[in-house]
Formats: sequence, C-alpha cells, structure tokens
Amino acid sequence: MEAEFFIDPNRCIGCQACVQACSECDTHKGYAMIHLEFVDRSRSTQTTPVVCMHCEQPTCAEVCPADAIKKTEEGIVRSARKPRCVACNNCVLACPFGVPKMMAEFELMMKCDMCYDRTSVGKKPMCATVCPSGALYFGPRSEIERLRPASAAVNEFRFGRQTVATKVNMMVPKTAGRAEYIDVADALQDNSNGKAIMLEMIHQ
Amino acid sequence: MKNASVALNAPSIAVNHADDPFGPHPAYPSSAHQSIPLAEEKLVPTHCCFCGMQCGIQLRVQGNRVVGFEPWEEFPFNRGMLCPKGVKRYLQGGHPDRLLSAYERDDQAPGGFRPLPVEKALDRVAEEIRRIQSRYGNEAFAVLSGASLTTEKAYLMGKFARVCLKTPNIDYNGRLCMVSAAAANKKAFGIDRCANPFSDILDAEVIWISGSNIAECSPILTNYIWQAREHGARVIVVDPRITPIARTCDLFLPVKPGRDVALFNGILHLMIASDHLDHDFIRNHTVGFEEVARSVAEWTPRRTAEVTGISERGIRQAAEWWGQAKTSFLLHARGIEHHSHGVENCLGAINIVLASGRIGRKGCGYGTITGQGNGQGGREHGQKCDQLPGARDISHPEHRQHVARIWGVPVDDIPGPGVDAYEIFRKIDRGEIRGLLSLCFNPVVSLPNNHFIQKMLRRLEFYVAIDFFMSETARFAHIVLPGSLHEEDEGTVTSAEGRVIRIRKAVDCPGEARQDWRLIQGIAHRLGCRKGFSFEHPREIFDELRRASAGGIADYSGITYEKIDEQMGVFWPCPNENHRGTPRLFEPGSYNPVAQGKGPFYFPDGKARFNVATYRPPAEDVDEDYPIILTSGRVVSQFLSGTQTRRIGPLLDQYPYPRIEIHPILAKKLNLQEGDWATVESRRGQCTLPVQIVQTIRPDTVFIPYHWGGQLSVNQLTIDAQDPVSKIPEFKVCAVRLRKADKPSR
Repeated sequence: MEAEFFIDPNRCIGCQACVQACSECDTHKGYAMIHLEFVDRSRSTQTTPVVCMHCEQPTCAEVCPADAIKKTEEGIVRSARKPRCVACNNCVLACPFGVPKMMAEFELMMKCDMCYDRTSVGKKPMCATVCPSGALYFGPRSEIERLRPASAAVNEFRFGRQTVATKVNMMVPKTAGRAEYIDVADALQDNSNGKAIMLEMIHQ
Repeated sequence: MKNASVALNAPSIAVNHADDPFGPHPAYPSSAHQSIPLAEEKLVPTHCCFCGMQCGIQLRVQGNRVVGFEPWEEFPFNRGMLCPKGVKRYLQGGHPDRLLSAYERDDQAPGGFRPLPVEKALDRVAEEIRRIQSRYGNEAFAVLSGASLTTEKAYLMGKFARVCLKTPNIDYNGRLCMVSAAAANKKAFGIDRCANPFSDILDAEVIWISGSNIAECSPILTNYIWQAREHGARVIVVDPRITPIARTCDLFLPVKPGRDVALFNGILHLMIASDHLDHDFIRNHTVGFEEVARSVAEWTPRRTAEVTGISERGIRQAAEWWGQAKTSFLLHARGIEHHSHGVENCLGAINIVLASGRIGRKGCGYGTITGQGNGQGGREHGQKCDQLPGARDISHPEHRQHVARIWGVPVDDIPGPGVDAYEIFRKIDRGEIRGLLSLCFNPVVSLPNNHFIQKMLRRLEFYVAIDFFMSETARFAHIVLPGSLHEEDEGTVTSAEGRVIRIRKAVDCPGEARQDWRLIQGIAHRLGCRKGFSFEHPREIFDELRRASAGGIADYSGITYEKIDEQMGVFWPCPNENHRGTPRLFEPGSYNPVAQGKGPFYFPDGKARFNVATYRPPAEDVDEDYPIILTSGRVVSQFLSGTQTRRIGPLLDQYPYPRIEIHPILAKKLNLQEGDWATVESRRGQCTLPVQIVQTIRPDTVFIPYHWGGQLSVNQLTIDAQDPVSKIPEFKVCAVRLRKADKPSR
C-alpha cells in the first residue's frame, strides 16, 4: 500500500530533530528544508513543523515565470531546476504554506522534496523517520488510521478564496469541528446555513 | 564585580574560546562529511551516546571516521526515531578539540598544558598514587566515575578502586541523577529498576508524569504517551513549567518547586476518602498501609492546595482520574528527585501506585526515567560508594564474600562503604583526601555551588582526569589522559527500562587516545596489580561481571552479547542462559531470588512496603532577601554538562547560551523586558544572563538550564543541600533575587 505523509502539529514538541535530520540529506547537506515554527514562545511552547505539502496544483509552479518547478509522476513537487530558476522569489511569495526557500548563495529556490532520494528507493523521509513524537509520520493510511483513531487526516486547505488540495495530510482531532469561516465577511455573504443567516441578521 | 569566580581566577573559562587550543569549538559538517555514501561505507548498528532512552542508531563509517548516521528502524524501542542530539552526535568524531595525547599541566604552554607520551603520563599517575597513599593512607586517594560509561567500564572502576587502590572513596555522577529514585525503590519494592517496559505506557488509561520534562529530556517517550492518548488515555503533568508535554496534557498541575510529596499525600488522602483503593492488593501484597493512611489524614485538599500552590479543583480532579483508572503508568524524573527530600517525594509517588494496586501487570506501570545513557547499568555494578556488583551491598557479609571470591581477594581486603560524590569534595576540604582520579564526570559544571568544587580541585596534591575533550574539570588536572569516545569501544549499557543492550565499536581511538579500561589497567599494572586487570576485550570484563552479579538482585548472569543481539536487548534479572529476561517486574511467577515464590516484591515476605513520606520544605526557602525560587534543568539540544554537545555546532546554535525563563508578572515587577539581561544572585554566587519572558512558568519561580560552565553556570547559584538518604543535591530549589543588569562584556 502506498505510504503517505501525515503531519500532526498537536504532537510537535519543538525538539528540531526534523530540522537537524533534514540538514543531513546528501543533496542539501548543511541546509534544512523543513520549517519549524514557534507559534509564540512568550505564550506557549507550541511549535509546528512545516514540510512541503506537495499540492495537486502547486501555486509555486503556477507563478514561476521560468517553468522551473516540476511535479513528478508520484506527485512530488521538486526544488526548482537549477538551469531554469531565475531566483525571482515569486514562488517564495506565492506559496500559501510558506515553504520554498530562496538560497541566495546558489541563486536557486530549494524546498522539501519529501526526501525524493529516499522515498524513491522505498525509504521513509528523514524527518518522518526521526521525529520522536510522531508529529511527522510516513506510512500507509490504513496504518495511521489504526494507530490514531482519535485523529482525522485532512488534505484540503482554504486560503481566502483559494482552496488547495495536497498530497501531504494534516492530522486534526476528530472531535474538532471544521472551521467554516476564517473571515467573518465571507460568512456575511453566504446564507447557506444557519450560522451565516444569524450573522447576516446581526449585520442588518 | 565581587563574583567569587573572578577572584578564584579559574583557568580559561571565558566565554570566547576561539583562541583556546582545547575549545570548546563548535564543529559543523565539513567536506569530510559531505561525501556521498561510498561503496566501502559501513553501517554500524549501536545506540545513542546520550540519554537513558538509548535509542538505536546506525553510524555511517568511512575508513576510521564516523561521517553521519542512518536511522535504525528495526530496534524496537525507538524504531528509527531520534532527537536532535542523536542526529548530530556523529560530529563529535574527528573533532578539532579531541584529546590525542596525554597532557601535563604547564602554565606556560598554550591552554595551560603540554603534551606528553601516554606511557610517561601513566608512570607519573602511578607514582603520585603511590606517594599519596603511602604518606596519607589508602583512603586519601579517591575516584569519581560516571554513568555514561559502559557497564563493563563501570564495573572495572569499582573493582579498580576496591582491589587496586584499596580505597573506599569511589562514587559517581549518578549521585546527581538516579539515587533518590533508587533509594525509594529499594525501600518500597526491594529492587531498583523501572518496574515495566515502556511499551506498557500504550495500555495505560491514566499517565501521571511528575517532574519530568519528557519532551526535552527523553523525547521518544512522547510518542508512547501520544499513542496512549489516541486510544483514550488521560495525561496528568505535574511541573512548575508548561513544558512541551504539559502543553498537550489533559490536566496540568503547576506545583511549587519542592512540594511534590505534599501533592502525593493529598492524592492518597482523597483516594482513601473516596475509597479508590485496591483493598485486596493492599492486604495481600503490601505492608504498612495503615500507618501511611494515618500520616496523610492531615493532607486535606485545602492544605495540599496551600502547600503545593495547585488549585483544590485540580487536586480533586487528579485524584478522581487516578483513583478510578483501571490501568495507569506513573513516571517521574529529576524534577521530584533533585531535592533534599527527594527520597520522600519518590516514596509519596510509590504510595499512590501501591494504593491503586496497579503494578506488575500489562498496562499498569511505574518507573523513574533514568537520565544518563547508562544511568541504570552504571548504578548496579559497584562504582557507587556503598555497593558491589549485582546491586549488592558493600556492608553485607555474604555479598562481600561472593564478590571477594570472584575477585580472588581476601574478603577483608575489600574496603567498607565510602562517601558520596559531594562528600568527597568536603573530605578534600578537611585534608582527608589528597589525590583524585576522575573519569566521565564534570563536577565543575554539574555539581551545585561549584565555586567550592573549583577551590577543592585546586587544593588537591594530585588530580588525574581521563577524558576525550578538555572538560571544565579536566582543566584543573595535573595529568589528563586521553580516553575513548562511545563509538570507539565495545560494551553494554542498560537503558531506562532495564534493557541491557550492546554498544558497538565503529572506529579506533585516534592518536594516542585509548579505551578507558585500557588506561585504568595501565595504572593498575604500574601499581603492581596485574591479576584481575589483564582483560583483553570488554567481553571478558562482561563475563566476569556476569559471574559477579550472579545471585544478586541485578542478576546479569544469563545475559550474553549473542542473546542481546538475538533479542534486541535483554531485560534483567536474567539468572541463566535459558532465561529470556524480565521485561516486567512483579508479575506472578517472575524470577525473584529474594521472595522465592512468597510474593511479587523483592523482600523475604514478597510484599511491597508503604513508607510514610513526610513533607519538609526545601533546605533554602524564599525570604525577604532572596524572594524568588530558582529551579534548573535541561534543554533538548544539550546534554548534561555539555562537554560533548557544546562542541557540536548545530546543537549549540539551537540553544546557544542559557536564558532565564521568567513569567511576565514577575518580569513586570522587576522592570524586565524581553531581551534584557538580569543578574540572578543566591547566597553562593551570581550569574548574569538574558531573560526570556514566558507565560509557561510559575510567577514565583525562574528557570535556568545548567549545561554551561564558568560565568554561564547556574550551578554557581544552586545549593549543596542533600537528601539525607540518597545524598542527591537539591538542584531543583534554592532562593535567589534578580535585578536588571547591563550585558556583560566577555
């Protein structure tokens, strides 16, 4: 069964094992492609690992003026191709997840490619192998469903009016409701359910 | 600045070490590490050199150099998982600071030492030992050892001190780590080992974590706890800080440092009040419940709340969940053990486990989380001042007889009990100890009130340190011998869950460096001890250790290197070659040489002991002059005294210097803002560091991690008060005051 990538930010302990392991990759030794975000250390120890989500329709590729960003047959969105990349930063600015990194010294956009060198030979990505809390997990969907009955995998994300479907899944508590609206203004224009109607009444 | 460290003029312990030949210099991956895997590259399956989890890891080796790692997914405990320390540990190999020859103190030489051949250095060490012992007596020479050593080395150190040096004064840095839990476990269960394999966490309904920053100090356990949560477990965390594991727990109890025993007594009070007790278990398998029940009568929820600083509601909720659980696992670590009443804290924890009857079954567990790599094995085979191999008692005539027979010495030649690691320094102060040998111990960073430690090291007539880097402590030595790194030797260690595993040699020692046991034997030979100190391989030491431990509580006699490989580790006790080991203690029918079938626990009647756990406040409570509690601990990217991890660039970058964690309420009171520097001052010293303002700590407490030496060392401030039984120092509480300061120029 095909292995998939799952992120559970709830589990993240901010240890940076993923960051340290990512920088061990022979294709980008010394540089980590994974991001570890400290949400707000003054308030919380919450941290969130961010790998490339490998979008079905990658925004980074869509905005690339040089057609340097390619997706493999397996759906892996790769780092920019060196001969084509013009280091314009479009992808860095456009990616809704903030994934691509502009490596100024190489004049090249580099990003997480789900350890293509490892996954293409049947190994797990380095970050998901070492992660000590299971915040990063790589394996068959049936396996994670068995191991984590309280969590559900989500792979559709909305950014304003843009909806992005991704190869990488985000684990969320099953009991948590789906966030219907991020911007109240959207709710005001939408009268498809009760919540919105109520908001519209308030608006009037 | 009236800081004593300046007056004492400690050699070369400034913050900028760039010009110091011994560093610490941070190492980064270099061109030697860049090369893509070569055909002749080999992968050596071994374990991490750092904490008690002992994660399996494969080292990538090219020629005689460790160049990287590859996860070892087959090893059952961690299945490839690692923390950042494990990922980057390979950078200690080929390190520019590595000691490649012996050194002799020479104030004119760069870094204060000049190289000399190892053979000459060993001659001088033997000569000085002989001189000191003939002039002041055998006891005047002491040995300090460590629990990051393999069990083979730890065993040899105990034997070397007793048989060759004939000194009682050997102790080890497990004194700062495991001893409170060990003493409590022996009092309550008659055996000192985590009662269950960590896989039992997965089946627990309630997981109680007291004083353990699991996410940073034993990160792989986080996955076990989360797995249990996915199946409905509730997690209770007791800690003065919202650590990463506390952030996601179901109930957080922000205990005031030093008050853990009060909480446990309060929980037991409520368990009794609600009759959440396993009466059959208490009646059949324990003694002493009635007395303990009387002792907790006074610990009403209100009083418990007043003393612990935890809300009455939180205490009641915890007692309800703990009381009603069908399965559970209670874990604790240094947070409740580093106290002048550390043993009582642990006994309080054990009392609520025993009252619940949830031990010795699948999913019903209890254990302390060992800190050091071989914190378990390193404390079982005789480098502790009162102990002989097999967790035997050095004062017990039969135990002495058994070990004397194995060692081939008259029983009366084995000295009696010595003193604990801190007391060794007090003995230096009193002139009773004049010479010292240390291995794998960096007390200048790791012991409390460390200005005193430095003063005592300077007072020694002769001090020899064995180390692979010039640690802050080795700088005080007259002779430094170049020892071995973890990946340069074979041997075994015992992980926190009691699993004996194999450390495999990946590379040879560089330069003139030698395996530690060879250096020790070199000294022994020069002192005329060849018999019993002529091992050619760690396996030979292990085989003797097996015989020495046979019949003891920590019985390794049935463990072989082959069995470890075959089973991916063997849990002790393992009394014969057909025995597969004992992953879970206290099960019906499991091997127990003490009870001999009378019951599950390691006492002649087979019954566990309830012990009255009396509350005492910390040795130094806050007052008007020093109104703030200081507590200390670790961060995920550094390990213990930092001798290794401060030399690994990517780990140092992750947390480059200690910071003072302080709550915004206290910060406001002291007019401190994020990025400010503050001087923390105790009755023993002071330390100026940047502040980090976080809501994740109690407002009456500040936290500083302890991995640094010199002016960055929090142990300039900590108190040398010790538990009267375990002799563990009170690292977790002392009284300080804070004031805003300018950034010091260093």
